[in-house]
Amino acid sequence: MSKYLLIESRDAFESNDVAQFWELAASLARQGDTVTLFLVQNGVLPARPSTRSEALSALTKAGVQVLADEFSLRERGIRTERLAAGVKASPLDVVIDQLAEGRKALWH
Amino acid sequence: MADKKSLTFVLMDPPFENPRTTTALRLIDLAVRRGHDVNVFAYEGAVYVAFAKQTPHANAVHGRDVEQEDHPIPKDWVAAILAEGVKSGSKIDWVQCGLCVDERGAGECVEGPRRGSPADLLKFAETSDNTLVIPTK
Amino acid sequence: MPKRILQVVDSAYRATLEEQDDTVLWITQAMKGAGGDLSVLLRGSAVNYAVRGQDASGLAFGGKRQTQPPRLAEDVAKLVEKGIEVFVVSDDLAERGLERGDLIAGPKAVSREELPQLFAPYDMVWHW
Repeated sequence: MSKYLLIESRDAFESNDVAQFWELAASLARQGDTVTLFLVQNGVLPARPSTRSEALSALTKAGVQVLADEFSLRERGIRTERLAAGVKASPLDVVIDQLAEGRKALWH
Repeated sequence: MADKKSLTFVLMDPPFENPRTTTALRLIDLAVRRGHDVNVFAYEGAVYVAFAKQTPHANAVHGRDVEQEDHPIPKDWVAAILAEGVKSGSKIDWVQCGLCVDERGAGECVEGPRRGSPADLLKFAETSDNTLVIPTK
Repeated sequence: MPKRILQVVDSAYRATLEEQDDTVLWITQAMKGAGGDLSVLLRGSAVNYAVRGQDASGLAFGGKRQTQPPRLAEDVAKLVEKGIEVFVVSDDLAERGLERGDLIAGPKAVSREELPQLFAPYDMVWHW
């Protein structure tokens, strides 16, 4: 089984594609792969509890680790103590760690 | 460094147009600070990230002169990252896609980056531990 | 043995007129020529690259005419000729009102559901 790092930079409220990228994360996890979905830039917007965050929380229940870039959250005034269920704030360092680990890395 | 790796980053965006440039440089900076060797393949508009002729300016709307505004100039960020590499022991190989440089007239860049081609990207991909493509949209 | 790389092309018709090609398909061909082992997955609106009958000719600004418009379907066919496997996401075709008969020969259809299995054997999956 493989390990994946999926980086979501696009705004779920703006781009239809984001839901498909999230679904890709879920389907890789269903296949038994280890998957991290790392939200960065406007990709963190649904981490604030909202109409889109339930779908994000569902990913964590499907076995995807969902992390949100601390800087992107702070930049947008999204409080880390009030994130969508299952989503964790994280330093960007995790991306370097997981690249160094050799994960297949896809940026959306 | 305990577990030194070689990481390749492919950039596509010119500066000042979207947040991908800043995030890409944040990642490269982090990798360099950790002492990893870093390859950068600057493709398409990203050849402007290290463009030597970027110049700071004052900002009347902000009410700041040039010095006060201290406007980010990405080529200086690139130069600073390259300097950090010398301190951290990171080997940094920054390649500007040659045809992309030509068609954009972006031939003048800060010291450090070199002209290259897709063959360099292939070599980076084959010889480094991992590659992250940061695409444009 | 070279690393196996899957190039996922997601962005469609971005700067294809100025560049006279899709720059990701272009670099894929260049890297293949340099000895790389690459495949291509067209997804999202990039599935349209495999459509027959695209015609971008006739662009002109003042007296300056474009003499070499992009020929994207031909570029996709060339990838296949050069031994690069090209896949298209069937769900994305269907959503866009496209059927297999609308496409050039060569690309292989794969469903969204099959993507994890498609990704599995590649060392790297580059999402453009």
